[in-house]
Amino acid sequence: MKLNRKWLNEEFVDLSHISDKEFVETLTVAGQKVETYERMDAEISNVVVGKVLSIVRHENSDHMWVCQVDVGKDEPVQIVTGAQNVHEGDLVPAALHNSRLVGGVHITKGKLRGVESNGMLCSLKELGLTLNDFPYAIEDGIWILEEDCKPGDDINKIIGNDDTVVDFEITNNRPDCYSIIGLAREAAAAFNLPMKHHEPVVRGGAEGDLLDLIDVEVPADDLCRRYTARMVRNVKIAPSPKWLRQRLRANGVRPINNIVDITNYVMLEYGQPMHAFDYRYIGSKKIVVRRSEESETLTTLDGTVRELTPGMLVIADGEKPIGLAGVMGGENSEIVPDTVDVVFESANFDGTSIRQTALALGMRTESSGKFEKNIDPLLTVPAVNRACELVELLGAGEVMDGMIDILNEIPQPRDLILEPERINSLLGTDISEEDMVDYLRRLEIPVEGRTIHVPSWRPDLVQTADIAEEVGRLFGYNEIPTTAFKGVATEGGYTGTMKLENTVGALCRSLGYSEILTYSFVSPSVFDMIRLPADSPLRSTLKIQNPLGEDASIMRTVALPSMLAILSRNNAYHNSACKLYEMAKVYLPKEGQLLPDEPRHLLLGTYGEGEDFFSLKGEIEAIFKGMNVKGAAYTAVKDNPSYHPGRCAEITVHGVSVGVFGQVHPLVAKNYDINAEIYAAELDFTALSGMISPEATYVPLPKYPAVSRDIAVVADEKLTVAQLEACIRKAGSKLLREVKLFDIYRGKGIDTGKKSVAFSLTLRADDRTLTDADSDGVIATVLAALDKEFGAKLR
Amino acid sequence: MREQLEKIKASALAAIQNASVTDALEAVRVGVLGKKGELTAVLKQMGKLSAEERPVMGQLANTVRAELEKKLEARKAELEAAALEAKLEAEALDVTIPGKEVEMGHQHPMNKVLQEVKEIFIGMGYTIVDGPEVEEAAYNFTRLNIEEGHPSRDRSDTFYFDDDDKVLLRTQTSPMQIRVMEHQQPPIRILAPGRVFRKDEADATHSPMFHQIEGLVVDEGITMGDLKGALETLIKRLYGEDAVCRFRPHHFPFTEPSCEVDMQCFKCRGKGEIDGQVCSTCHGEGWIELLGAGMVHPKVLEGCGIDSKKYSGFAFGIGLERMAMGRLKLNDLRLIFDNDVRFLSQF
Repeated sequence: MKLNRKWLNEEFVDLSHISDKEFVETLTVAGQKVETYERMDAEISNVVVGKVLSIVRHENSDHMWVCQVDVGKDEPVQIVTGAQNVHEGDLVPAALHNSRLVGGVHITKGKLRGVESNGMLCSLKELGLTLNDFPYAIEDGIWILEEDCKPGDDINKIIGNDDTVVDFEITNNRPDCYSIIGLAREAAAAFNLPMKHHEPVVRGGAEGDLLDLIDVEVPADDLCRRYTARMVRNVKIAPSPKWLRQRLRANGVRPINNIVDITNYVMLEYGQPMHAFDYRYIGSKKIVVRRSEESETLTTLDGTVRELTPGMLVIADGEKPIGLAGVMGGENSEIVPDTVDVVFESANFDGTSIRQTALALGMRTESSGKFEKNIDPLLTVPAVNRACELVELLGAGEVMDGMIDILNEIPQPRDLILEPERINSLLGTDISEEDMVDYLRRLEIPVEGRTIHVPSWRPDLVQTADIAEEVGRLFGYNEIPTTAFKGVATEGGYTGTMKLENTVGALCRSLGYSEILTYSFVSPSVFDMIRLPADSPLRSTLKIQNPLGEDASIMRTVALPSMLAILSRNNAYHNSACKLYEMAKVYLPKEGQLLPDEPRHLLLGTYGEGEDFFSLKGEIEAIFKGMNVKGAAYTAVKDNPSYHPGRCAEITVHGVSVGVFGQVHPLVAKNYDINAEIYAAELDFTALSGMISPEATYVPLPKYPAVSRDIAVVADEKLTVAQLEACIRKAGSKLLREVKLFDIYRGKGIDTGKKSVAFSLTLRADDRTLTDADSDGVIATVLAALDKEFGAKLR
Repeated sequence: MREQLEKIKASALAAIQNASVTDALEAVRVGVLGKKGELTAVLKQMGKLSAEERPVMGQLANTVRAELEKKLEARKAELEAAALEAKLEAEALDVTIPGKEVEMGHQHPMNKVLQEVKEIFIGMGYTIVDGPEVEEAAYNFTRLNIEEGHPSRDRSDTFYFDDDDKVLLRTQTSPMQIRVMEHQQPPIRILAPGRVFRKDEADATHSPMFHQIEGLVVDEGITMGDLKGALETLIKRLYGEDAVCRFRPHHFPFTEPSCEVDMQCFKCRGKGEIDGQVCSTCHGEGWIELLGAGMVHPKVLEGCGIDSKKYSGFAFGIGLERMAMGRLKLNDLRLIFDNDVRFLSQF
């Protein structure tokens, strides 16, 4: 909401002694935040009123003129102009040497075809103005001033630029502040100065009886709290006076004609949107406030044909819509130069309905913006009276006596009890009751004894907490003493899962992985990208009904695509190697649950030199060690289409699947435009966090030395190391403490289809030093078992 | 015999001095003091001496032996020291050659800043909690006093999963206030960071997914002064003791009184301009908006079964992205979700 300070100073509360900076800061900390503020004369400088003393043809040009211009100095200045509408004696805007015009234009002296020119005569456009602002000027040509001014006067003052426009961010709970009066009330309260009030006075007396001329019906009484109308006859459509045009312009409203300007002026001043209908075009002389019907259209004032959806609130006459209620009027009843009789509408519509209509038609207007905040229903009458008063003041027409006023909802006055102790205990202050009453008085909230009479324009005040805010903001939030709360000390900290998450993050980073953050919503195409089977349950997802786009329309049930997309992007950036991790939530819909499960998955993804299956597996094992997860088992997975069929493993812990990892299938890598081996792991962190082994306790250190024996057996190629190792562990007695693979050999000396697998076995007894015979015995048993079970023989 | 001993001694001493390696020294020792050495040979002739001469010569021989042994030892130490010195010199390295690389990963800068915020609040007795991102409208809006028809509920602002607008992607972390209060009676001190979602196209300052940090304290006698205390502590810890902040009134449906907190612009020190130019960091305002906060609305407390006459509380919501961007001097939000390793490895 824009406010020009001059209007405030002239009509409501004179703050001309306050600097812009102080004005802005004081209002901001008192509760009306200023977004921006701007001096209107910031753009134009060194442009003054000039009087053309003489004008002669340029000696080297047939279209230019050389003027001697009195600019209020001792000597006239010579200015060359190409305009053809300048005459001796004219008062014109003269941009002098070293002046600035709108749009950053800089004027300096120079020579035009050999003749010195010490500036430029200006048109409206060069001063940021249009014919709407000064209707007597001409479109293309110098602006011949018809203002009360003399040579040397600053042009900024003539066009009303000696003003500051302040733009406020108004919060939703304060619809009253979408008006000059509302902001003036706030300013008066903030500076503790009295505010001037004006009661509109209408003479009226135009010929005829209002009720004979117009009838109003409101069938949509649930969407229209109040409908107030008055009529003006014999209007004379003309430009508004300068003061009114300037106030509109300063607030960013384009002046049009006196009647339309009046409705806009009242909307700015009171915050009550108004509309003026040309009476001639109201069919059946009847205004009907109703919902739109099937296949109705309306051409709005901006010339656009609007297809109305049934249920939108419209202003209709006896036959057709003539306005989109609270949003924009219809072209069919617009005020035109020969309009004779006018109906002023001042109504109160339901905010949600207006907002939805404006949104659906993509036409948020000044008016709909105000209505959607639900404005004070008591405003319609003073606003329409103010409009009529202005008509009379401007001599724009004759106002009829009486008004139509249909009230569908009578606002109930509300009283609150002032509770000083509660207010102080909420704020942590020690403000006296008298001060509180005074703060409220400054805000024009009357208090009698301890009864607060809440004004109709303050629907936000419903309980003591609301009063506390009013008191607090005028006392000053920044004056409230800062304290540390007392009460029972609480322990604070992370939950167990969060601690584990921190640990895992640190582990990943120590292994060289960097953390990424990816979107929770993905494209439905990701399932095909990772070659997920058509019947996979992971394809049943939560779907966003109103996504930003198809690409972000489903909640991910699998986080691998997010990781691959980031690897792909880094690859495209020519980052030669990448190790990335993400603690990624996935969203799994569950039958019979309103909300999905949101488990966390730990994703690892990597490509680049030195990355292979076993480096990734080693890292996963390190993470499990760091998490204290024991008993992980790995089995080959050949049928996970996202992964290489020979380089993929499932991880189980005590029989429960906790994840999968391996080389990403080359076809999947291709889908992500990566021509390199990618390795990835998807670990169910939520499941793993429930599998943490108990904290370790001390086991006495061995008293007797261990013996290490190496064996190498030749085994069938198909046998896995895990199978051989399990067999060794089973056969080795209590004395076998550790089995460690140290070599696999294929080639010379080993038959094709076979491999030599070498293990290092650690043997130890708790009660004695082992003899050679002890060790030989264990090894013999182990070898016998390997031979028996797998036909694997000592090499 | 005396001459013989003197002679042996003299020649041995010369040999010791001339020995340049320990092996040569050992050869001298064996040649003189060994079983077949010169001195041993001389001593074998002792039997031929008279009884008077024998102890004198014996003593002399022992003195010579002792002296030679001492010299041998000293020379040996000397040679060893020289050898070690030579060895160490030969082993000298160019210490400016880079060390063997250990690749360390990096925490995402957003989580780095979040971690810092969490630690600060844990120190003040807050428990960190987590909750659903797919949320019910009841928690995200209704129970936070955001009525039906409120613009933030529009489909142009909020992502929905069903026709009745009942299930949505949470637009704020504030539903965590309700989730905590409906299960826990005061004292409550929680911090709930997490992802939130709003229907904004991604650009330099917007993202359809971003992060908030919700804080909630409910207890007997909690005041707005306490709220100021908690937030001032946060700001000073994060931005330094000289950080200046201001509280100004604002409106949120679920707090009353409500406020927003600004920090004085660290670049222009609140002046709004630097050398006559509008400050690019605060756009001339002199202040940077940091967060929203307020006293928990009595309706919200009552809706969770907490007696608003007995208890009061404060809540605040911080935009993590804005905070992180300020701290890390980031100028484009898209960098955060782009995850370029060249970006990630800067932090």
